[in-house]
Amino acid sequence: MSDLMDLYQEVILDHNKQPRNFGPLPDADHQAEGYNPLCGDQLKVYLKLAGDVIEDVHFDGSGCAISKASASLMTEAVKGKTLAEAEELFGGFHDLLTGDPSVRAEAPAKLGKLAVFEGVREFPVRVKCATLAWHTLQAALAGDSEQVTTE
Amino acid sequence: MTDALAKNHADAATAFDVDSIRRDFPAMQLKVYGKPLAYLDNAATSQKPESVIEAEAHWYRESCANVHRGVHALSVKATAAYESARQKLAGFINAANTREIVFVRGTTDAINLVAGSFARNRLDPGDEIVISGLEHHSNIVPWQLLCEERGAKLRVARLDDRGDVDMDEYARLLSERTRMVALSHISNALGTINPIERMIELAHERDIPVLVDGAQAAPHKKIDVQALGCEFYAFSSHKMFGPTGVGALYGRLDLLSEMPPYQGGGEMIRTVSFDKTEYAEPPARFEAGTPNIAGAVGFGAAVDYLLKVGLDRIEAYEDELLAYATERLLKVPDLRLIGTARRKAAVLSFVVGDVHAHDVGTILDQEGVAIRTGHHCAQPVMERYGVPATSRASLAFYNTREEVDRLVAGLGRIREVFGG
Ligand SMILES: Cc1ncc(COP(=O)(O)O)c(C=O)c1O
Repeated sequence: MSDLMDLYQEVILDHNKQPRNFGPLPDADHQAEGYNPLCGDQLKVYLKLAGDVIEDVHFDGSGCAISKASASLMTEAVKGKTLAEAEELFGGFHDLLTGDPSVRAEAPAKLGKLAVFEGVREFPVRVKCATLAWHTLQAALAGDSEQVTTE
Repeated sequence: MTDALAKNHADAATAFDVDSIRRDFPAMQLKVYGKPLAYLDNAATSQKPESVIEAEAHWYRESCANVHRGVHALSVKATAAYESARQKLAGFINAANTREIVFVRGTTDAINLVAGSFARNRLDPGDEIVISGLEHHSNIVPWQLLCEERGAKLRVARLDDRGDVDMDEYARLLSERTRMVALSHISNALGTINPIERMIELAHERDIPVLVDGAQAAPHKKIDVQALGCEFYAFSSHKMFGPTGVGALYGRLDLLSEMPPYQGGGEMIRTVSFDKTEYAEPPARFEAGTPNIAGAVGFGAAVDYLLKVGLDRIEAYEDELLAYATERLLKVPDLRLIGTARRKAAVLSFVVGDVHAHDVGTILDQEGVAIRTGHHCAQPVMERYGVPATSRASLAFYNTREEVDRLVAGLGRIREVFGG
């Protein structure tokens, strides 16, 4: 049971229930759709850039608590960041979920709230849920109009 | 069901010694996270009894050689084991002739064989193939590919709210343009048992050949292909307590005899020269290359096991377990059962409030309860009910009321985690 509580942290449950920046962004200049065929998670990420700064970011779609909360927390984390900073955050986030624990010792501090996903490490089949939004963000930035999938 | 029949059913269910059955399956002793495994994902694949594992291992230890090829003793032994498995399967589904059993990789492979080798030659632009809204992707996509290639149309009989195929619509869809009907006997996503006899009859009134996807039916029901009268029946060993990677296509011999090969290679020929190749008779014509011999032998052992336990007793026990599980699940707050067809196999698909199936699956997994979550390779079914995914518990005759209770208790933990 303790593992379950590590996975479903308060912050995650809160963002699942009340996702932030949820819904389309009418003046988005980039968008992409992400899909996790394993569980049917499907979400869209909308972006508005000003130069290389992410001025606004929204998402919508349906998915499990982990994927929805991750998308919601991602939008908060990257809003106002430069593309390079966003990329770096994703790198750190990815390491948090899958990396060698000894190497990522100081990573959680830099990640801020995103560190609540550390419990996902213990649930390897759920890592894709947590990273779906980030892959979709990357696809939106790359201008891929095609759907990205976690497979 | 008549009263007498119902009584027979009930007697058979009580006579069923599930503890002794469970001892036949090594996986029933497994633990996950220190808790006994409650394996409720049988529609995905089933666990294997010791006799199947042993039959396969025994073949590798003492009969391993290629089939139909050698004059040496071991090859003769291997061939005998392989062909004996074919005979068991023919008996199991009451085929009129052993040659009507083609060994394939599984249901998917069987359906692709019929699409590619039988239906393809009967399909002109504008012709139609009829399926139902219940189908597994493997009974949709091969037909879609074929229709695309031939300029034909795929027509789909819709489901009603309970998960039964709308029979009026099904009957209406059958027309002089219909060249093929392909239907599941039992739905993997909802558990619906189709009125397959009637559906075959309706197609035959118009001389339309029928393929039945029996992947979910063969492990749970007595199948009699002659009584059904279908042209083709496809099923997979791994869902029938047999090994993975092997399955069977039943095809009526007169049809198989007319069909061109599906793949080219060894085994499937009579003579080969660079000018012309003569094909072997069925079933060899459709078994190009070295088959999954050990798998077929294990498949035969699985059939022996099912016959030993008895399909009637299995069906009665599972019906009783389904009734119990349905009653228990309906009492879980906020739980909505998806699929409440008039006749059902022991499959329970459900959603719990607005908690996503994937989260339900993780929570149950922590309790040692294994269920499937997702779209169950039946996305059109999910769409029909307006849900992206469901949680699905699918039961087999080694499952118990106690395991159902653990499922229900596990569902109780959802509230602990998610509140509400
Ligand atoms: C109804 C149905 N049809 C077809 C299949 C495909 O079977 P296989 O994967 O063994 O080819 C399945 C299995 O998932 C099924 O449940």
